[in-house]
Amino acid sequence: MASSATTAGAEPVFHLEEEHAHAEGGSTMLGFWLYLMSDCLIFAMLFAAYGVLGGNYTAGPAPKDLFDLDLVALNTAMLLFSSITYGFAMLTMDKGRVAATQAWLAVTGLFGLAFLSIELYEFSHMIHEGATPQRSAFLSSFFTLVGTHGLHVTFGLVWLVTLMTQVARFGLVEANRRRLMCLSMFWHFLDVVWIGVFTFVYLMGMLR
Amino acid sequence: MSAHDHAEDHGHAHGGAAHGSFRGYLIGFVLSVILTAIPFWLVMSGAIDDKQATAIVIMAFAVVQIVVHMVFFLYMNTASEGGWSMLALIFTLILVVIVLTGSLWVMYHLNANMMPGLHDMREMP
Repeated sequence: MASSATTAGAEPVFHLEEEHAHAEGGSTMLGFWLYLMSDCLIFAMLFAAYGVLGGNYTAGPAPKDLFDLDLVALNTAMLLFSSITYGFAMLTMDKGRVAATQAWLAVTGLFGLAFLSIELYEFSHMIHEGATPQRSAFLSSFFTLVGTHGLHVTFGLVWLVTLMTQVARFGLVEANRRRLMCLSMFWHFLDVVWIGVFTFVYLMGMLR
Repeated sequence: MSAHDHAEDHGHAHGGAAHGSFRGYLIGFVLSVILTAIPFWLVMSGAIDDKQATAIVIMAFAVVQIVVHMVFFLYMNTASEGGWSMLALIFTLILVVIVLTGSLWVMYHLNANMMPGLHDMREMP
């Protein structure tokens, strides 16, 4: 009698609660933000390495001998312009204007390309002068930190071209809007990292 | 049901990825141009004689500019994704601070104590 009561009580109860509706890709933004935060940690490690090793020139060239602040200022301007043009691409995307979005994305890509070209010119100039990554701990950590940022910009450009092709083929569909928003976060994040680079590496290097 | 779905979508549209406005982007851009130009000018012209002071000032400008970018370009606020974005950001910042200050602090003291000449090697047993 009593046992039957307990079995009846212990009978598992299933709450058929409605799964709360998640639109497809509804959590993509948060997931992508978490990726960016982990990327941020990679850069923190590289900044720490540069901070520790940045003064070890082993009688090689120091930042003052190598850095050209005019070039860095130009580079920073390129990245800043690309940030605002990407912002305009997002605004035109909101209005659903495909051609204008594509145009702003193309302008962003060109600014990104200009940034990369200037950076590669700077690197080749330094290597030509004998300031190779193998020269000193300062140069190893410099090339690792700035090179990693440059690599991110390169992949951002590949992603940008891919998305422009996607938009050209399928238009501003929901999936493409989501992808463009992810790239927007990625692109602006790279700009944030660059603020750290030009302050911590270039400007502080010139002060040393 | 349909009302619930609608509310959910609404929540996502606003809580998930808020969109910037033209004005927001413009304010962010102008601010970051100013916040970039001043540190460059300070270093290039050497307006402040003391290098230590210049370094502290440009670091402060960098921090302000990062906040500007976060707010105006990455639309960071306490409400986005129900606060989870902000929580992840705070957690990351704590780790970043630990990594940076820890590395610099430990390695600075290591360098200072390993400096040749600090301990006279001839007196070593």
